[in-house]
Amino acid sequence: MSEIPLTHILFLSSGLFFIGVYGLFTRRNMITMLMSVELMLNSVNINFVSFNKYLYPEKLDGIFFTIFVITIAAAEAAVAIAIIINLYRSHHSIDVEDASEMKY
Amino acid sequence: MSHPIYIVLIPLIPLACFLVLGIFGRKYFSNSAGIIGTLGLLTSTLLSFSTAYEYFFVSGKVNGVFQKIEVVNFTWLQFSPGVSIDLGILIDPITVMMLVVVSFVSLMVHLFSLGYMKGETRFATYYAFLGLFTFSMLGLVLSSNIFQIYLFWELVGVSSFLLIGFYFEKPSAVAASKKAFIVTRFADLGFLIGILVLSFYAHTLNFGILIERLTTAGSPYLNAINAASFLGVSALTWGLLLVFMGGAGKSAMFPLHIWLPDAMEGPTPVSALIHAATMVVAGVFLVARLFPVFALSDPAALHVVMYTGAFSAFFAAVIACTQTDIKRVLAYSTMSQIGYMMFALGVSKYSGEDGLGYMGSMFHLFTHAFFKSLLFLGAGAVIHMVHSNEMKDMGGLRKLMPITHISFLIACLAIAGIPPFSGFFSKEEILMASFESNKLVYAIALLTSGLTAFYMFRLYYSIFWSKPADLHHGHHGEGTWTMKIPLILLAVLAVVAGFVPISSWITADGNAIHSSVPISFSILPVSLAVAGILLATRLFKTANELPERIAIQMGGLYKAASRKFYIDEVYLFITKKILFNLIGRPAAWFDKNIVDGFMNLLAKITAGLSELIKGFQSGKVQDYALYFFGGIAGLIIAFIYLWK
Repeated sequence: MSEIPLTHILFLSSGLFFIGVYGLFTRRNMITMLMSVELMLNSVNINFVSFNKYLYPEKLDGIFFTIFVITIAAAEAAVAIAIIINLYRSHHSIDVEDASEMKY
Repeated sequence: MSHPIYIVLIPLIPLACFLVLGIFGRKYFSNSAGIIGTLGLLTSTLLSFSTAYEYFFVSGKVNGVFQKIEVVNFTWLQFSPGVSIDLGILIDPITVMMLVVVSFVSLMVHLFSLGYMKGETRFATYYAFLGLFTFSMLGLVLSSNIFQIYLFWELVGVSSFLLIGFYFEKPSAVAASKKAFIVTRFADLGFLIGILVLSFYAHTLNFGILIERLTTAGSPYLNAINAASFLGVSALTWGLLLVFMGGAGKSAMFPLHIWLPDAMEGPTPVSALIHAATMVVAGVFLVARLFPVFALSDPAALHVVMYTGAFSAFFAAVIACTQTDIKRVLAYSTMSQIGYMMFALGVSKYSGEDGLGYMGSMFHLFTHAFFKSLLFLGAGAVIHMVHSNEMKDMGGLRKLMPITHISFLIACLAIAGIPPFSGFFSKEEILMASFESNKLVYAIALLTSGLTAFYMFRLYYSIFWSKPADLHHGHHGEGTWTMKIPLILLAVLAVVAGFVPISSWITADGNAIHSSVPISFSILPVSLAVAGILLATRLFKTANELPERIAIQMGGLYKAASRKFYIDEVYLFITKKILFNLIGRPAAWFDKNIVDGFMNLLAKITAGLSELIKGFQSGKVQDYALYFFGGIAGLIIAFIYLWK
């Protein structure tokens, strides 16, 4: 079984990353934005794992980092959802366009 | 040679009263404030008497000469090894005398106010202010260095401001307190510069050292200060004249006297304390304190003191003859008497029998404190009864207020210089000194003395005679016993204070003077005074047309005098028309257009810039994310292509 080259995986991860970026910039719904952020995080995870596997197969650092990122992402999701709930309570909407008090 | 340390307590007890009454007074002591203040001051007074006894009879003299003793001295602010501001207590004859006078008169005023100020809503505050004033005044006379005296000098000014403006709901009282404060502050500016000049050349602030350095002939300090000159006048003269300017401001000497008559807006007992017996003589005290420097090193400055004093004495006496507000008459008479003290210092020399003027001045200060505070307290009792300051609302009060009447009469006789009342003795000394030194001043003094008798008896008759007694039925009685006791005590002192042997205690160089004024010398001033009294009797004993006719005959002179010779108008003209227009308006224009304009320009530039970039702060979180992304992308590109 021939190995999948590293570049393919990197294409996948950067595709995933920019889908996330696009989603973050275009979606007005905060839950969708949160999902986009998760996409970006996961693309980074893929990068970590693949670099670890292809460049330093005898080490585990990249995998450790992936585990950290997943943990942090879980915590971040909890915080983000708390923010979204509070936003909903105060503005009765989770559309970011409705929460624009913090301007000049 | 140790001196009792309890002297420190004399000013500190009133300070404690001030703090306690000022902070807790309105809540806890609204009724007992007067008792607390009076008891505190009674303690201070007893300590002062004890100090005086100790000094004059036990330990003050060394080889027959009264010493200057520094009881306490500690360094307060050390600027550099050579320069420091100390706080200390200096005891010498004039300090001891002032201690007795200030604490005693203040005690009388505290006692009198118990009745006079009864029922005031700010009763406790009033006593707190009295405590503050007494503290500052006692601190002033005890000061051991010239900077310390300046500190207390300003404290006295502040407490006087507070007391004059005590009825702050009256606009006139507010205006008067502001005027007093501003005029004396203006004078104090001179005082401060004078202090700086003197201490710069003498390299010390301490009175004892300063006087020694500036009076020892041939000392390097004296040579330096004489050599330096400005506008053709030596630095010593400038320094002394500027110090005298401060003294003239507090002592209401012409032309800085304009605040004193207005200061009568304060409660009358306050006028008795501040504007008769204590604060206004601070200027005399200051000149007396530095008298050796004046007399030994700089007769020119002393001449200025003399002529200022003599002119003020005469000028004020003329105005006093025409005023109708009884407190203003007393205010001008105070100014006139202080003028006496000033020129007495001016005609004096330093040592031996030539120091008669100095002694007379201090003697007059001593006796004047009693009879003038008695006059003010008597006037207070009268005002308390008829609720007016104007002479026309009074008259015929002698049956209704017998004690006030008798004590007022005694005080009038004392100030007029009728033997054997106290004013006679002190005035004779002053007249004698001026006769020996300067005939012109002597003539002015004689004339003033006659005028004094005239206007005092004009006042006396207008209050107590002139109208039938039944005019005032329906008024309450003469006042409480707390108001009568001070009158009686002060009246007794006004009679006997002349027999105090001041001449052997208080002299410029500490040696006793054995002066006796020959009877033949006294005939002229006494007969002038009697003539003044007789004239007043003729004109004012019963209401008649004559005074008005004379006033019309005098025409412009009378009008000018009753308008205080338009000095206030001159000041207003100078300040409003000249200062405001020539300095105020250009300064305001500069401030509005140049200073503010520069700031406005800066603000406009900032506002314009922020207008340009404030669109970035859209409040939309995705925009911020985009900027962030753009920034990162830009950095990455820069990193890739520019990294070499």
